[in-house]
Amino acid sequence: MSELTMTTDHHDHGPAKGIGRWLFTTNHKDIGTMYLVFSLIMFLIGGLFAFVIRAELFQPGMQLVDPNFFNQMTTMHGLVMVFGAVMPGFVGLANWQIPLMIGAPDMALPRMNNWSFWILPFAFSMLIATFFMDGGAPAFGWTFYAPLSTTYAPPSVTFFIFAVHMMGISSIMGAMNIIVTIFNMRAPGMSLMQMPMFVWTWLITAFLLVAVMPVLAAVVTMMLMDIHFATSFFNAAGGGDPVLFQHVFWFFGHPEVYIMILPAFGVVSEIIPTFARKKLFGYHSMVYATVSIAVLSLVVWAHHMFTVGMPIAGQLFFMFATMLIAVPTGVKVFNWIATMFKGSMTFETPMLFAIGFVVLFTIGGFSGVMLAIAPIDFQYQDTYFVVAHFHYVLVPGAVFGIMAGVYYWLPKWVGRMYDEGLGKMHFWLSFIGLNITFFPMHFVGLAGMPRRIPDYALQFADFNMMASAGAFIFGTSQLIFVYLIIKAARSGETADQVPWESAEGLEWTLPTPLPYHTFTTPPVIEK
Amino acid sequence: MRQIMHLFGMALLVSSGSALAAWELNMPRGVTETSHTVYDLHMLILWICVAIGVVVFGVMFWSIYAHRKSKGAQAAQFHESTTVEVIWTIIPFIILIGMAIPSTTTLIDMYDSSESDIDIKVTGYQWKWHYDYINDGVDFFSVLKTPKEEIYNEQEKNPNYLLDVDNELVVPIDKKIRFLFTANDVLHAWWVPEIAIKKDTIPGFINESWTRIKEPGTYRGQCAELCGKDHGFMPIVVKAVTQPEYDKWLADQKAAGAAKAAEADKDWTLDELVTAGAAVYQKNCAACHMPDGSGMPPAFPALNNNPMMQGDDVTAHMEVVINGVPGSAMAAYGKQMTAVDLAAVITYKRNTWENKTGGMVSPADVQAFMDK
Repeated sequence: MSELTMTTDHHDHGPAKGIGRWLFTTNHKDIGTMYLVFSLIMFLIGGLFAFVIRAELFQPGMQLVDPNFFNQMTTMHGLVMVFGAVMPGFVGLANWQIPLMIGAPDMALPRMNNWSFWILPFAFSMLIATFFMDGGAPAFGWTFYAPLSTTYAPPSVTFFIFAVHMMGISSIMGAMNIIVTIFNMRAPGMSLMQMPMFVWTWLITAFLLVAVMPVLAAVVTMMLMDIHFATSFFNAAGGGDPVLFQHVFWFFGHPEVYIMILPAFGVVSEIIPTFARKKLFGYHSMVYATVSIAVLSLVVWAHHMFTVGMPIAGQLFFMFATMLIAVPTGVKVFNWIATMFKGSMTFETPMLFAIGFVVLFTIGGFSGVMLAIAPIDFQYQDTYFVVAHFHYVLVPGAVFGIMAGVYYWLPKWVGRMYDEGLGKMHFWLSFIGLNITFFPMHFVGLAGMPRRIPDYALQFADFNMMASAGAFIFGTSQLIFVYLIIKAARSGETADQVPWESAEGLEWTLPTPLPYHTFTTPPVIEK
Repeated sequence: MRQIMHLFGMALLVSSGSALAAWELNMPRGVTETSHTVYDLHMLILWICVAIGVVVFGVMFWSIYAHRKSKGAQAAQFHESTTVEVIWTIIPFIILIGMAIPSTTTLIDMYDSSESDIDIKVTGYQWKWHYDYINDGVDFFSVLKTPKEEIYNEQEKNPNYLLDVDNELVVPIDKKIRFLFTANDVLHAWWVPEIAIKKDTIPGFINESWTRIKEPGTYRGQCAELCGKDHGFMPIVVKAVTQPEYDKWLADQKAAGAAKAAEADKDWTLDELVTAGAAVYQKNCAACHMPDGSGMPPAFPALNNNPMMQGDDVTAHMEVVINGVPGSAMAAYGKQMTAVDLAAVITYKRNTWENKTGGMVSPADVQAFMDK
């Protein structure tokens, strides 16, 4: 007994030396850092692919790459950004913040945590290695519809399937770890309804992950069987159905969209109250809204498939269910605005990103409502209007959410203040760049430009050139972010224990610089 | 007065001309009853969203302006109000019901493809369309007409760049046309914005849609579902004409079909077949196997210096072209081409580049192979 007390009290022991610290660590802060760095690297690689896409689309005609390589670029851009940048980015935030916010010493399953992370670099090395294989990388879109991804796929598809399996295992383990941590490791006295919004949104996200990642695993396994073991799940000639692929894929794919956005809702719900100096408006309705979004997200998948020729009853059901999502989403937006209303606001970088999030995510929400209406979706489906829509919810949505979180908590993580001037510059260049990139895509989409084409008719030329110019601004301005993080990690003035005037939450009760082990004694929660 | 009318007419011309300009912002209103309904619904939803946006962002930016610390704003203490929260849950709900009603009626109308005057089967291929006028026995392929030189910037691009085909889909106006969609290989989607039809074409399944075009004209669209390498290069052109013009076109097509059938009985020389085969090759084979026969290994093997095209035995070569290679992108062209075209393209491949067999495969040989 006394020995146990000895070890738990011994909280000044630091990290291991050398590379071993990163390979064998079970510390949530180290693993969180690795996830975030990995996410940033993937963000830059995925951005490089986007750069190639936008360079080819700068002018009509084929200039830089051949159509097959162009398809590889769109495919890998999507896969790397979704599975490599956004998802690990949020898991990194979760690793750092959830134990700090619920007063836990670490994640509940620290060794599994290490494994969840270390699967990822191998999965993505394998995925990116497909570029060097015979026939090139997957070129069937990140949605990999069969039979283009089975019968007609390049041989590297098998490696793609294996990589997706590994990512899935990593995500499922990460999600289980988060659920177990939140349910078992909260500081004594912290009820579920006292948890910070970020913890709540991640809890719900983790349940979505556990619900749908196995479905993704199922669909790629069915592909594997079709390709190598002569089954016909997705082949009509053998009694299968190509549309079955889409149903199974989107049963994963739609909740996946919310997996990428709910944690961002959480981050923004932490940041806005801090910089408005006012408590989050409608905490309870925020929680209920998040739960209803998650539940609805499981029954709307076929709105991605309005043109496959579903029976009309199916069309109507999925249209109504999809429209319904606007209600809880609206509640969240209204609550953020009500939090700002009659506050006392300042606009440091995290707040700028949070406000940018609310405005631009809402624009993505509006185009989402338009897309939900089945008869007019026929005109939008698979056009640049859709590309504009999901980039509005993913870039200023998910990506801004991660960046806002990084700016907000970075002073606590590295113990130093980041350069506020550079941060603001990063925000404004990103904000302007992405709007120049993605807003014109609404127009070309409505005017008739299909997505995933390497070349386009002349009437789309001007807006495409504009989008490409915007993409170059947005892309290069991310280097500011990289420089800013390195700079803050290495030098600069030490941050205050609470760098933001009215930040609340257990993480701010901890000293700066943050000790390697925190909350070895649980904090006391006031009722 | 006449001058004014003339000016007005000019203005109309200019504005319709500028509709083709590069700064097009919105969906075309289209030329069918359905497309007008769809357009109106689109604008209705758009304006509702804009109105909500103005209110929501208005409140937000006003707060940002008025409730900033630098202006000495003191934070209020409220953080809950059941009344307000119930109101802003119910209002969006009511707005959504308002959107759902016209959407549902439009959708029901779009799904009613009964009592059609003309049935056309549309089949998606990698990377071309096949149109079959089921009741009239006319069918043909429709392939991109834009030359490679324009795509690779060696030649100035014409105004219909990438939106031009060799054989247009000709239909009469004011008739209910039912489309039956299917595909031969992967998924495609047949989309013409001005008639508001987009439908996936799925191998092994048939989808339906219908239209009734009100104005004669040429309406252009594209494949909307990623279907591989040349997804961006399989446009759709619909030409709507009056009934007499349509009848004439149909008669011409039937006559041309009969002439084509007669060709099979003709005695072909090697040179004739090679010349005809070169054209067939460029249209159907060059996209994957490349104009110079170098292919894109491993998916699309090289044909130049390919042992299959050089030996004396033509059976293996005919087998691949006519019946395809199951489980690969190589389609069974026996189902797509006439015996003459098959014979021509096979003969061409055996007598071009560095394949110099000097041998000839006649339409009769092909027919015999297919009848076996």
